[in-house]
Amino acid sequence: MNNVKCECGHANPVGTVLCEACGNPLLEEIKQGDSPLDMRYEGAARRSQTYNKSIIDKVWNFFSSVKIAVYMIVIVLVASIVGTIFPQEVYIPVPKPASIFYEETYGFIGKIYYLLGFHNLFSSWWYVLLLLMIGISLVVCSLDRMIPLYKALKKQKVKHSINFLTRQRLKAEVSVPAEWGSKLDQLQGFLKKRRYDVRREGDSLLAEKGRFSRWGPYINHIGLIIFLIGALMRLVPGYYLDQYVWVKDGETKKVPETPYYVKSEGFTIDFYEKEDLPEGAGLDNLQGVIKQYQTKAVLYENVNAGLPGSEPKLQEVARHDIIVNHPLKYNDLQLFQSGQRPKAIAALNMTLVNEKTGDKIGKFKIDLYNPQSEYKINDTTTIKMLEYYPDFEFTKDKKPTTKSPNPDNPAFVLNVISPQTPNGEKAWLFLGSYLPAPGTENIFGYEFSMPDLTNITGLMVRKDKSLPVIYFGCFISMLGLVMGFYWQHRRIWIQTERSLVYVAGHTNKNWFGLKNEVLDVFKKASIPVSLVEHGKDGKKVD
Amino acid sequence: MNRSRTWMRLIILGVIFVGISVALYNAFIKDTAAVQANELAPDFILKTLEDNQEFQLSKQAGKGIVLNFWGTWCAPCREEMPALEKMHQEFKDKGVEVIGVNIGESDVTVESFRDTYHISFPILMDRKREITQLYEIGPIPTTYFIDSDGVVKKIVIGGPMAEKTIKENITQILPQQ
Amino acid sequence: MGRKLIELSSNLLLVAFILYIVASFVFAISVTGKRWGKRDEQAHKQRFGSIGFGITIVAVLAHASYIITRWIGQGHIPTSNMFEFIAFLAFSIAVAFVIIYLVYRVPILGAFAIPVVFIMIAYASVFPRTVTPLIPALQSYWLKIHVTTAAAGEGIFAVGFAAGLMYLVRTIDQSKNSRSRRWLEGTLTLVLMLVGFIITSVVFNAMDYKAEFELNIDNTKSVVEYKMPAIAGPQNAVLLSDSAMKPWFDAPGWMKGLNAAKKLNTVIWSVLSGLGLYVLLRLLFRKRLGQLLQPALSDLDPEMIDEISYRAIAIGYPVFTLGALIFAMIWAAEAWGRFWGWDPKEVWALITWLFYTAYLHLRLSKGWIGEKSAWLAVLGFIVVMVTLVFVNLVIVGLHSYAQVG
Repeated sequence: MNNVKCECGHANPVGTVLCEACGNPLLEEIKQGDSPLDMRYEGAARRSQTYNKSIIDKVWNFFSSVKIAVYMIVIVLVASIVGTIFPQEVYIPVPKPASIFYEETYGFIGKIYYLLGFHNLFSSWWYVLLLLMIGISLVVCSLDRMIPLYKALKKQKVKHSINFLTRQRLKAEVSVPAEWGSKLDQLQGFLKKRRYDVRREGDSLLAEKGRFSRWGPYINHIGLIIFLIGALMRLVPGYYLDQYVWVKDGETKKVPETPYYVKSEGFTIDFYEKEDLPEGAGLDNLQGVIKQYQTKAVLYENVNAGLPGSEPKLQEVARHDIIVNHPLKYNDLQLFQSGQRPKAIAALNMTLVNEKTGDKIGKFKIDLYNPQSEYKINDTTTIKMLEYYPDFEFTKDKKPTTKSPNPDNPAFVLNVISPQTPNGEKAWLFLGSYLPAPGTENIFGYEFSMPDLTNITGLMVRKDKSLPVIYFGCFISMLGLVMGFYWQHRRIWIQTERSLVYVAGHTNKNWFGLKNEVLDVFKKASIPVSLVEHGKDGKKVD
Repeated sequence: MNRSRTWMRLIILGVIFVGISVALYNAFIKDTAAVQANELAPDFILKTLEDNQEFQLSKQAGKGIVLNFWGTWCAPCREEMPALEKMHQEFKDKGVEVIGVNIGESDVTVESFRDTYHISFPILMDRKREITQLYEIGPIPTTYFIDSDGVVKKIVIGGPMAEKTIKENITQILPQQ
Repeated sequence: MGRKLIELSSNLLLVAFILYIVASFVFAISVTGKRWGKRDEQAHKQRFGSIGFGITIVAVLAHASYIITRWIGQGHIPTSNMFEFIAFLAFSIAVAFVIIYLVYRVPILGAFAIPVVFIMIAYASVFPRTVTPLIPALQSYWLKIHVTTAAAGEGIFAVGFAAGLMYLVRTIDQSKNSRSRRWLEGTLTLVLMLVGFIITSVVFNAMDYKAEFELNIDNTKSVVEYKMPAIAGPQNAVLLSDSAMKPWFDAPGWMKGLNAAKKLNTVIWSVLSGLGLYVLLRLLFRKRLGQLLQPALSDLDPEMIDEISYRAIAIGYPVFTLGALIFAMIWAAEAWGRFWGWDPKEVWALITWLFYTAYLHLRLSKGWIGEKSAWLAVLGFIVVMVTLVFVNLVIVGLHSYAQVG
């Protein structure tokens, strides 16, 4: 690779737009023009443009292109819009398989939506791939621009070619005023007061401030990369735990995939009361507006977790009233209030009666979650529970069975052993009714009293070790954004050539502010100056 | 200069590529199941339905074990019970035992089920579903064929299994006489 | 006490609303009126600019007092339903305008940005004003932090939008029939449609118009109450109200859901009234809207307004990132144990963010300045509005506003 030599004698790397030493454009057609210079990346050679030979270079160049990055952003954007037209599969409101739901609910368009995979867009391979490619693009683009920019800014000199100065967007030419030396000292002082870094070489000076704001975008990109690494970390097993546990009042349950047990000391739902809100503020429809879900939770650690299944030895480690927005936290385990089944039936309160005489023989209680196999009613009478179907239904061949292990529709077969029925009298017992064995004259019947109710709380179990990384990424990203957008990199060049003083200014944003600053400084030094603002499109405006 | 630049680029792209691959491999391709074929079955201890005795997997060395996770609410589980029972009868004297693990049901439910289906093999009661979680049981029935050294030889997820399937897998775990 | 405070807050909002209207007229006069009589143009502009700004400050103070009184009155920050949120967004637009004005001192910006503010307040008033008790998910200090910061970011984007629109009105050649000219006309008509929606809602609301339809969905009978005369009625529905207008046609069959036809009807009314307003204005002034507005901006430096638009977006972007994404993620992690769940509202925040990201890259790296950049600034705010209106009202997500209105 041959270097490109500038008129000033400096040898520049291939691809350089503005000479590293004097700022003069290297391309002949730019040099001849009079439009403002493109100051992006200080005219330094961007690495990607320099070489384009091997496949590595081609891949590199692909990812280093902002144009391609913007295309990828736009594709992700459009795809995301399409992804919100219908609910995603995880947010389907009814328990139906996706293959049926979309067509049934949204007709033909829904079917197409499903077939194209938009129902699971955000975890589809191509969407994730695009996000990852944007991530790669972030790394490559940043490296590709930040290094040359850094070098160019570090190398910059005080003196520049006249062509460089007269073709800045903000510029002025003044004939050398009287006592120029002391005036320049004055200017230097004023600029320093405005927090400029001033470098002086004889009759020329370069005042610069806020250079760090140029690093803002790259720091932001680094933050985003850290964020993406955090997001990727969640895919590694052990970094992210997503589980669920339902706990009855008073019950202690194992927290899945952890050595912990959680006990609910009571789940409550609070509703808004009149006192909670100011009077006369739409109170009529306050009925049933939920104020709070709360689980009094105790977390235990099983210190005997070595052999699974062995009797747990529980040690209380944390206690917290879990409400929405206030999870129980212990180390990196978090339990969130998430679901509720209030007033679920926990136990049936029964009375055994003699149907013939109407006598009440005795009471018993059937715990639906842990029924006994025998209930002693009195000295002579016991009830044996022969069968229990927590969620009763018939199989196809008309055999009783259970649909699920949850007591949603409990059914029992009970057998009463008493002096009158030494061989037992069987009956089916359902919620609120019973059915004696067919063809028998039954003696015993059952009466139902108010059942015991319990509340079941649904706790979401989460562990997210990547969260600190994600937050750190966000923080760095914000830092970069603030640096880049709330500060500006301003430079003012003042250079004396024979009888003329050339003034030029450049900023990466807020030209209005820079213009006022230059005018102000010159006014203070009482040097009349008429600034010319070269239009960005090349036209001149005063 | 040119060479080192290409190397630099190669290294950077390579690091990114490897990083992403590792994450994706871990997430989608790598089998992260707790129990895998040709590895030791995780040890556990549970009480039996019959006599409330403790059953510990690691103490069964020398016997082949057919570990069947089931629940009474699951139709395929019910359907394969007779076949399992038959195989239990056939192989219990040859050193292979069928062990059922009931998932979180009450004694009454399981007892009546056992009687209906005439099950004679031991049933372990996983009341807290701890072992179900340990083995990361998804759909049931799920059956593990464990040899006399405690190594899982075969995992059958779903059912019902035909007698033939069970038999074939049992022959793999028959202790050598 | 609470009730009185809330009544007071409503009055304060009304005061702010009126003052905003007055302020935008004064800002408009500061430029258009300078050729009246024999006035010193610069002095006139400065004087009216200052008056307009002064009125705006008073309006912003009244607006802030509305927020404070309502906050105290109901016991939580007024950002928990659609009315409160839009009114708050209007406030942040006004504050963003004040900040940008203090930097650039361009009075005519007020004639474009302040109308966005009062249109927003009017739009807010279309929604029910009742105090909504906070559902458990919203009971968090993150409600204050997340919603206010996100609204602040969107408010600054709105000023970028106003400046972008000004750039387009100022620079697009009205003498040539071009695509830009047609699109500008279309954009202005879109604004009129929002105005049309507000006017029709307010008028029919004042008339207490009601039309009830009975319809059958999944074998259960439900009643839908239209608050505007039904142009599009629900499919296979029976009109129950006697005095109400019969629908002209039924909503197409693919629009499912109880309120789909009602929403379609609202859209039709907005479009029709917007077009009606447009025709009225054209007949009244015999000029295109762009043509009508252009003279007011004739002495404005296009580069200056381009910079204002960009500056506003550059200031708003970090604020929006912080509020709508980062704070949202922290809150989501606190409340649901996951920082991101691809909920429609989250996705739209991401879409908005990606859009402005593309804007910044195109502008900074690809040199998209001037007209292209202005179009993007306009489109960006339309994306923001889609997120607020469409997603909140049409696509139902986790965010509570969905249930209101």
